[in-house]
Amino acid sequence: MATVKDFRNKVKPNWCPGCGDFSIQAAIQRAAANVGLEPHELALITGIGCSGRISGYINAYGFHGVHGRVLPLAQGVKMANRDLTVVASGGDGDGFAIGMGHTIHSIRRNIDMTYIVMDNQIYGLTKGQTSPRSDAGFKTKSTPDGSIEASLNAMETALTAGATFVAQSFSSDLKELTSLIEQGMNHNGFSLINVFSPCVTFNKVNTYDWFKENLTKLSDVEDYDHTDRNKAMQTLMEHNGLVTGLIYHDEETPSYQDKIPGYKSTPLSDDNLELDREKFERLASEFM
Amino acid sequence: MIDQLSWKVGGQQGEGIESTGEIFSVALNRLGYYLYGYRQFSSRIKGGHTNNKIRVSTKQINAISDDLDILVAFDQETIDVNYQELRSGGVVIADAKCKPTIPDDGKASLYDVPFTEIAKELGTPLMKNMVAVGASSAILGISADHYQEVVEEIFLKKGEAVVEKNMEAIRKGAAYFSQQAGGQLDDFLLNEADGKKRMFMIGNDAIGLGAIAAGSRFMAAYPITPASEIMEYLIKKFPDFGGTVIQTEDEIAAANMAIGSNYAGVRAFTASAGPGLSLMTEAIGLSGMTETPMVIVDTQRGGPSTGLPTKQEQSDMMAILYGTHGEIPKIVITPSTVQEAFYDTITAFNMAEEYQCPVILLTDLALSLGKQTVEPLNYEKIQIRRGKLEKEPNLPEQAPEEYFERYAAAEDGISTRLLPGMENGIFHVTGVEHDNTGKPSEKPENRQRQMDKRLRKTETVPYRFDEPIYTNDPYEEPDLLVVGINSTRGAIQEAISRLDEDGFNVNHAHIRLLHPFPTEELEERLHRAKKTVVIENNATGQLASIIRLNTGVKVESILKYDGNPFLPAEIYSKCKELL
Ligand SMILES: Cc1ncc(C[n+]2csc(CCOP(=O)(O)OP(=O)(O)O)c2C)c(N)n1
Ligand code: SF4
Repeated sequence: MATVKDFRNKVKPNWCPGCGDFSIQAAIQRAAANVGLEPHELALITGIGCSGRISGYINAYGFHGVHGRVLPLAQGVKMANRDLTVVASGGDGDGFAIGMGHTIHSIRRNIDMTYIVMDNQIYGLTKGQTSPRSDAGFKTKSTPDGSIEASLNAMETALTAGATFVAQSFSSDLKELTSLIEQGMNHNGFSLINVFSPCVTFNKVNTYDWFKENLTKLSDVEDYDHTDRNKAMQTLMEHNGLVTGLIYHDEETPSYQDKIPGYKSTPLSDDNLELDREKFERLASEFM
Repeated sequence: MIDQLSWKVGGQQGEGIESTGEIFSVALNRLGYYLYGYRQFSSRIKGGHTNNKIRVSTKQINAISDDLDILVAFDQETIDVNYQELRSGGVVIADAKCKPTIPDDGKASLYDVPFTEIAKELGTPLMKNMVAVGASSAILGISADHYQEVVEEIFLKKGEAVVEKNMEAIRKGAAYFSQQAGGQLDDFLLNEADGKKRMFMIGNDAIGLGAIAAGSRFMAAYPITPASEIMEYLIKKFPDFGGTVIQTEDEIAAANMAIGSNYAGVRAFTASAGPGLSLMTEAIGLSGMTETPMVIVDTQRGGPSTGLPTKQEQSDMMAILYGTHGEIPKIVITPSTVQEAFYDTITAFNMAEEYQCPVILLTDLALSLGKQTVEPLNYEKIQIRRGKLEKEPNLPEQAPEEYFERYAAAEDGISTRLLPGMENGIFHVTGVEHDNTGKPSEKPENRQRQMDKRLRKTETVPYRFDEPIYTNDPYEEPDLLVVGINSTRGAIQEAISRLDEDGFNVNHAHIRLLHPFPTEELEERLHRAKKTVVIENNATGQLASIIRLNTGVKVESILKYDGNPFLPAEIYSKCKELL
């Protein structure tokens, strides 16, 4: 059985010291080991941003795609080989700005995979512009007078789109985060996990201390029921989205793969591609 | 008795024009005739004139005809719009209900058959298209009995009675016409065909079938004219093979999904037209940089922007060659007949894996939607070649820091490919410049080495491609060399045979591989010809520019960009001006 160590590849991340992404990396490695994966059974598909580099920092199959397109790429991988555990990840700009359309449609489609958004409420790699998760009034290089756009309520949006698994965490809370990623990996469907991951270089507002002060753990919310969509929505609104834990989990709805007519239960990538003559002739005869 | 004629049915969109053409042509196809069909339609779903032109011949044909022998009209507009196309001595058969009139220029004769009336008497006005089919068959001298099989296939699920009613509609249409015409019209009687069984399909069907034959099991696509039929066909067929089609949220998703799936070992592809292709360009770059196979079908239509979405054009060539940023290896294959569309699709999937790069199968609307008789497809010719993909590698145990060298140096530029999920084979893939293991690296030597490796890969393509240029060059030093691409092949062939009859020496070269360009093959032919003319459906002479760029030879252009395919007569007369 693989251990956390097996998921380490000794590549030194080029993240700034103190970046929240380090703990997310550690959490993915722990979760993978905890659910009993071997490194070669995990495919880590990532977007572009500081966050997207994570595919290169974990010992697993990794594919670092283009900005905002991580979800279609990851879904393609899963469609081809349903035996792989597919984890996609990238920044909040990657997932909620350029890739928002894919995020919504991946939620609707519900292909079995886990998506981890490394949410630092800013664009890190391009050196500090506003992101759709930046608060109104937030000053960045692209919003010198403060952002005049509202921040995107990502978790509420996900619930509205029909998500079957929605969770949020804070990169410092390694225990909770690891557990949520494990649950996401075990969920048969699309799981979205948004992780507050402080950018120590460009975001001087949403710091570790700021999160510690402002986040509420759902486990501390009385009678919280993660199977109740209305309750989830209400709680999110009451806390302005600043909650962590398992927000919503629907275990009933089957995943996309489970609903495709005729779809193989073994990986398509294992198939022999040769078509036998009789089958070919039957197809051809339909045009005669 | 004649060997070929051309027939067109027209009316309002949604009126059953398509099914009229379909039933008529499927029956003729089964008698062994060769057919070539072309539909004119607009972006409106209901209403708006539409027509379906079908050429029938006892020999293989690859183009629509210049003129028309028979026009079947469901309304006066059809006559008004299409009358000029009729040859002198042609025939109009129109629904009596619209009180049809034709110009009194004496060019054609009009038969008004009460399509709707007869259909109503039989129970439903919907059957008016069957009456029209009957009248059309009578003029060709084809017995109504030949329709039995087709009609059964369509209507038997609705019961014997429905089949019988429809057959009766055909017989009544035939009888009415014969009575009105006072017997047979000798000018229109077709010689008997050879009775051989052949396929009759549109280019998009051939691509769909080709994809299955090539072992593809997954398609991701977003609907667009004229590409949608490919996904519509495969949505029905893939489940039988355990696969599926995902209709994505857009073309960006489609292209990236196809890349993800190929990376994980499935032959996946996408298909689109101009606007969708524009959205896919970043993904094409990703496929090139990561050396992940991918197949994209581009069914060209009128651009720019949403342009002429239902009309013919060949104006994406430059976009395909230069669309993505940076410099990547890629292969562009250009079928010119429906039959080639089938085989080329298989080649596209093979080459994508052999060369580990994006392959674009470039077609155009006239080819993708044009319906053509196809000689029996040769099962023996279907070959699956996966290149340097190791399905069962025996790899030494891998320590976490030892990545598999997915991008290892190779003389031919092509490295061994493994799939995610393989034990001891872990490697990294990224669109960022990377070293042999896929780890990002910006070192100048590495960059240069990787760039050279990638670009070197496709150098051998023109020598490995079956027929990079289709040629017909009987003359050592022709007066004229005509060059074309995609669906113009048949029209060029016919124009050339007329020029031949006039005593001119004309050769033909049709581009089947646009990139890497088969420079050597063409160059030699260009030099032998006194003059070269490039025929293409666009306004700026893109193919001519590509030829000039690759060979340095100056060529003439004949361009057409009004949305319609070239007619043989147009090419003939324009070439004659040049000679
Ligand atoms: C199509 C495209 N547009 C823009 C960019 C430039 N770009 C790279 S990363 C990035 C945003 C990064 O922000 P985020 O996704 O939040 O990730 P972070 O760096 O904060 O982790 C942008 C705009 C790009 N690579 N591709
Ligand atoms: S810029 Fe911000 S997000 Fe990027 S590595 Fe540094 S701290 Fe992390």
